[in-house]
Amino acid sequence: MPKPYLVCRSDELKDGDRRVMSCDGTEVGVFKVDGQFVAWHNECPHRSGPVCQGRMYKRVLEPIDSDGHVRALAYDENVTNIVCSWHGYEFDLKTGANQGTDKIKLRKVKLEEKDGHIYVVV
Amino acid sequence: MNQPVVGVPQMLPAQVIDTSTDSREILKHARVAARRRNLQDWFVVDVDAHHVETVSWNEVVQYIEDPVIRDQAIYFHKDRIGAPPYGLNGDLGLRYQSVGGRIPHQDGLREKVDDVSVHRDVTLTRRAMDSLGVDNMVVFPTPMLFLGLHPQPEMEVWLSRAYNKWMQEKLLSADNRIKFLAVLPYNTPEEAERVVKETAGKKGIIGYAIPSTRHAPVHHNKYMRLYSMIEETGMPLSFHAGYHWDDPSLKTVNRFLGMHALGFAWPNIVHCTNWILNGMPVRFPKLKVIWIESGIAWAPFLMQRLDDQFLMRPSEAPHLKRLPSEYMRDHCWYTTQPMESNNLKALECTLDMIKADTQLLYASDWPHFDFDLPSEITDLPFLSEQTKRNILGLNAARIFNLDPTPVKQL
Ligand code: FES
Repeated sequence: MPKPYLVCRSDELKDGDRRVMSCDGTEVGVFKVDGQFVAWHNECPHRSGPVCQGRMYKRVLEPIDSDGHVRALAYDENVTNIVCSWHGYEFDLKTGANQGTDKIKLRKVKLEEKDGHIYVVV
Repeated sequence: MNQPVVGVPQMLPAQVIDTSTDSREILKHARVAARRRNLQDWFVVDVDAHHVETVSWNEVVQYIEDPVIRDQAIYFHKDRIGAPPYGLNGDLGLRYQSVGGRIPHQDGLREKVDDVSVHRDVTLTRRAMDSLGVDNMVVFPTPMLFLGLHPQPEMEVWLSRAYNKWMQEKLLSADNRIKFLAVLPYNTPEEAERVVKETAGKKGIIGYAIPSTRHAPVHHNKYMRLYSMIEETGMPLSFHAGYHWDDPSLKTVNRFLGMHALGFAWPNIVHCTNWILNGMPVRFPKLKVIWIESGIAWAPFLMQRLDDQFLMRPSEAPHLKRLPSEYMRDHCWYTTQPMESNNLKALECTLDMIKADTQLLYASDWPHFDFDLPSEITDLPFLSEQTKRNILGLNAARIFNLDPTPVKQL
């Protein structure tokens, strides 16, 4: 039976904050990113590594100029990636999509916001 | 309708994993995976894991036998601020394995260790073994793998010998589960022979390692006595791959990803080609050779290339009475890591071609960024349980003469 777990008050999490927790053995990561709450299983689709405990980076880009040249790398300020610390797989924190292939995705956890509190249902 | 009961979650101790996180926490999911697959009852040998010997370089240099060089090393470390490890060559700052901190365990395991009764690396190795589900772990050095390109061949001798001694005293004497392939100063064959003479039969030493990153011809006559001596011991000889960005063939590769992908396969491809075409398996039929840390996808590539060319030019490889691929299949062993597993059909074909049932040995390469878990073998859909057990430990037990009783604490 799915059961709700109280994570914290909604205002406790600022952009870039997270709570990674065990809900009676099921590990879940809750994040606030660009004003939005998201929740993922703390299990990387690669080899089940602790993906939600990884560092966050803006997605890396390599802009090409009108001559087809590249000069420097850049960050995409609109996409925050969570990076699994085991082997470096990168996932868009908002959509769960892997940067390298759309065949690999993080597994979503149901998240509810009620009366100023965040719950995950697992 | 009753309101559902609201649960209280437990926050994990490490919200963000970094270089100070306990490796048991980093690898907690690996331990769960091993328990779920009942690996407690499987004998698992990790034929290639690493420690960072330069963390203990102050200690290692004390074991340099030459008194003058030893003093130079000690003063170097005492007086020079921010000096790199004495005597080591290599790529210094070009170590981008962690992708800018994205994979922190590759940059350092700075976790707390309270047990002072054994060397810190013993504790870290025990933590890794019990987290991954490994009974015996073969420990390799890391920056020393470049020593084959050192401009001073003497330095390879001094440092390899010092390291071998330090390893015996600090790690091998402390834990029977830790195993070691003594490092050969291969650029000086008579010194490599001396290492074999001095270390055969010593506690924890189960074979020999040649760091592959070097431009030495493995078929040269000057090495024949060395191979014969190793064959005599019954222990395997391994070639541990490593990249080197100064390799002219890699100089145009500007991404670490590309350099690492090619660089770790290339030296073993070259050495294995020379090994086979010069008939080493014919000359030393009982010598067991292991190709380490090149993954395994290169093996079918090389088998096909060599067979194709050999049949057109057999007079250039007159020792061979069978196809090169048959020698690669029957006389060579391979470690799994980093196992290329994105295309299972290709992997199945690879395992079949190298006769994985008897020739493949599990390796984790922990704590490097492309480490593999034992579950990558147990989860393969096309292997029998017996073949999985062979790859994970029983093949190693056979060639290294290990007791295949599981002793780990999962
Ligand atoms: S387990 Fe996450 S990147 Fe491998």
